[in-house]
Amino acid sequence: MHPLSYHRATSVSDAVTESSQPGAALIAGGTSVVDLLKEGSIGPSHLVDISRLALDEIRPADSGADDSGAHSGLDTGVLVGALVSNTALAEHPLIVERYTAVSEAVHSGATQQIRGMASSAGNLLQRTRCPYFRDPDQACNKREPGSGCAAVHGFNRMHAIFGHGYDPSEGVGPTTCIAAHPSDLAVALVAFDALVHVEGPEGARSIPVHELLRLPEGHPEADFTLRPGEVITELALPPFAGRSHYLKVRDRASFAYALVSCAATLEFDDDGRISRARVALGSVAARPWRLPAVEQILVGELPSAELFAAAAARASDGSVAFSMNSYKRPFSRSIVRRILSQTAGLEPLPGPPGTALSASVGGLAGTTRPRDELVGEAS
Amino acid sequence: MPETPPFVLRINGVDRSVAPDPRTTVLDALREQLQLTGTKKGCDHGQCGACTIHVDGEPRLACLTLAVMADGRDIRTIEGLQDADADGDSPADSSAPLHPVQAAFIEHDAFQCGYCTSGQIMSAVACIRQGRTSSSGEIQEFMSGNLCRCAAYPNIIAAIEDVAADQASSPQGGIPAA
Ligand SMILES: Cc1cc2nc3c(=O)[nH]c(=O)nc-3n(C[C@H](O)[C@H](O)[C@H](O)COP(=O)(O)OP(=O)(O)OC[C@H]3O[C@@H](n4cnc5c(N)ncnc54)[C@H](O)[C@@H]3O)c2cc1C
Ligand code: SF4
Ligand code: FES
Ligand code: FES
Repeated sequence: MHPLSYHRATSVSDAVTESSQPGAALIAGGTSVVDLLKEGSIGPSHLVDISRLALDEIRPADSGADDSGAHSGLDTGVLVGALVSNTALAEHPLIVERYTAVSEAVHSGATQQIRGMASSAGNLLQRTRCPYFRDPDQACNKREPGSGCAAVHGFNRMHAIFGHGYDPSEGVGPTTCIAAHPSDLAVALVAFDALVHVEGPEGARSIPVHELLRLPEGHPEADFTLRPGEVITELALPPFAGRSHYLKVRDRASFAYALVSCAATLEFDDDGRISRARVALGSVAARPWRLPAVEQILVGELPSAELFAAAAARASDGSVAFSMNSYKRPFSRSIVRRILSQTAGLEPLPGPPGTALSASVGGLAGTTRPRDELVGEAS
Repeated sequence: MPETPPFVLRINGVDRSVAPDPRTTVLDALREQLQLTGTKKGCDHGQCGACTIHVDGEPRLACLTLAVMADGRDIRTIEGLQDADADGDSPADSSAPLHPVQAAFIEHDAFQCGYCTSGQIMSAVACIRQGRTSSSGEIQEFMSGNLCRCAAYPNIIAAIEDVAADQASSPQGGIPAA
């Protein structure tokens, strides 16, 4: 085991300086870093603890123009400190009411213990759940560049169908990676065109969440576009005055990563026509997967079952599936149809807006049968 | 790099000195260094909830919490639950009466092998304290991070519903902070 030192950052600039060193890693909630340390998937030599920095506020952004390419809606946007816990984010009234898909996405992820520990920035920067990435005995170009990719001919049920660039006629190469990114929050943020604000050795900048996460494109070891020493200080949600929703399909009713998930945001003009639409799929690519072809069909139209069916038919265009994940193609089409219908109010939400139940395709365990029945059976 | 100095963790109201290895989790510090083995290690990866403790009154996973990051926090384990008072600061006393949730787990037979039980109880206390008990579905969602291989789930939910109902009807109301 190689040596590991620890430093508790005293300010953002201290965190930038400390984490600019080679081998340094930031740690916030620790739920991803500690896990990956134990697996041996990462091997930092210096841990920079930012958990006590005062980046834990949620507040309305200043009114007026900002750099977010603000779209329709009179509101200012909302700024979320990088260290706001997932729980605090999901339960904040501004988020539940205006950015409902964010609350639903976060509530549908992990467990109450993990959500209470996990930070908003850390959530976006979690690594793939590909089992070979977490097993140092397996070939994995992401963990060990050039070693290969055990997933292509292995257990690839959870893997990407978009954006992986894998060409079956060429086979597995030194930069092949078909991993999917598992964050629920990232998918919702992309549907709001959210940004992250970062501080780094060369100063401050903003990055759209969609560009914070990257496709493998020759460098599967690099999941993110952050430069060395850059620290996320806050997430910026642009103004939004429409309806939003998140849906998640998973193997069990709670505490499971998405098989396929989807975030949709719809804004309407005075005639009830869709003026702006964003639709993004989760767990199908190395980053949240925007569906511009679907969005284009929606804009300028009145919501209807026919419109949504036509748009959803395009949701798997361009996908390339593997031995165990071709189910993601029809799942993508049906989740898009369903989310559009629910977001526009043609179908009821599965539960109260902003809750895990609302995000959960198939409901939550036990909610369909009275407890007395279960207890009666158990005793 | 200078070596991390030794440091102190406040556990169940008592300051305990812990070795300074940055890799050590609170779970390993509790079990291997301090002989507080009531907190269990099921998976060591955040996937089972057996290691649930309270940090500053909030449910946390001890297996994903580095000990060096927890200094100055109030850590409460199952050993310190029974006599936890409202300020959460009293030292553990094993002769104190059981916490109402512990008593309810016995009453409802809410375990078989007992391996998950301390984690279940720590989450259950938080579930009731946070008022996430409006339906069995809400309890199940809150408790979904605590797996039970013996599948005592219906009894666990019954125990939680029972304490929640008692708290609601008692004149003092509210469950003591742990
Ligand atoms: C059992 C289990 C189940 C889970 N299920 C889900 C799920 O269903 N859905 C889901 O979305 N997630 C799930 N997660 C993942 C969880 O959401 C993440 O682990 C968590 O959000 C990470 O946040 P953190 O603050 O703990 O990050 P950390 O572990 O502290 O850090 C994660 C990464 O972010 C970097 N980092 C942190 N903060 C900053 C910053 N401010 N600036 C720059 N870099 C930073 C760190 O260096 C590190 O690389 C699950 C996790 C576990 C253990
Ligand atoms: S899919 Fe990516 S992360 Fe998984 S084994 Fe292949 S290279 Fe590694
Ligand atoms: S031991 Fe911590 S969650 Fe399983
Ligand atoms: S009682 Fe055996 S694991 Fe829960």
